[in-house]
Amino acid sequence: MAIAHHPPTATGLDNVKLGFWTFIGSETLFFGSLISTYMVYKGASVAGPYPHDVLNIPLTSVSTFVLLMSSLAMVLALNAVQAGSRSGALVWLMAVVILGLGFLGFQAYEFTHFVHEGLTIKTNVFGSSFFVLTGFHGAHVSVGVLWLLTLWIQTLRGKIGKEDTLKVEIAGLYWHFVDVVWIVIFTLVYLIP
Amino acid sequence: MTSSPTQAEAHDTAEAGSHAHPTWRFYVMVGVILTVITAAEVAVFYIPALGGVLVPLLLVLSTGKFALVVMFYMHLRFDSPIFSGVFVAPLILAVFVIVALIVLFHVFPRGMGTLDGM
Repeated sequence: MAIAHHPPTATGLDNVKLGFWTFIGSETLFFGSLISTYMVYKGASVAGPYPHDVLNIPLTSVSTFVLLMSSLAMVLALNAVQAGSRSGALVWLMAVVILGLGFLGFQAYEFTHFVHEGLTIKTNVFGSSFFVLTGFHGAHVSVGVLWLLTLWIQTLRGKIGKEDTLKVEIAGLYWHFVDVVWIVIFTLVYLIP
Repeated sequence: MTSSPTQAEAHDTAEAGSHAHPTWRFYVMVGVILTVITAAEVAVFYIPALGGVLVPLLLVLSTGKFALVVMFYMHLRFDSPIFSGVFVAPLILAVFVIVALIVLFHVFPRGMGTLDGM
């Protein structure tokens, strides 16, 4: 029948996925504004502690590696769901949750260390822009961990199967976005002097 | 999962316009490359001789990592170009804003003064 060939949406694409990509686009601008703020204030503090006094590159390199590996685990979880492997999905989703929690642990340690060194959100413009930028990123990671934990519980209860690939793919898009934001933060905040 | 025939049809069509995702071996290979690039970034940071080219080198490595994740883990390399457009357009705007503000405050900082203790 001719009508069967008509696209069910105006774009011929899944509206949920298109809407989520639009959300990611808006998040890009949000983090763009926070990164702009950090870069504008970079080197503008007249009182310490300064970035080179407190930033711990080896520690942050490890946490960056942890987040990158969580992205790999996420894409393997999606691969398992697409293949209809419930056990694979459970293993990899839990791996993402654990690695995400590990990253948050590193961030909590770093924030605590900075406060002990005398750097708070009120100390200087470096402290303000650093804590706001990395704090919002950490909040996004926390939301992602809760979201993936929910998916893991649903998978455990048999409510996520091969036909629900899109649910895992959308969560994966969010998680990978959080990862690419950190790739930018790691370079601009930690590595570039 | 309960979904109406229209929703199911929409998903089928979306999938039909989509692609066959790569194998897990490919994803692991991308993960290895990401790890190597991250190690290279950290190594470059600690090599004093590269101080002159440190910033451009780090930006290139970081852009490479960003592109790998977006293209292969987020599947933009294989998905509809509409998804790429929806993401890349705000990305270009964000990069433009960042660069414009850096130029405004760090290249032409006259009259900006210091930002603490005002």
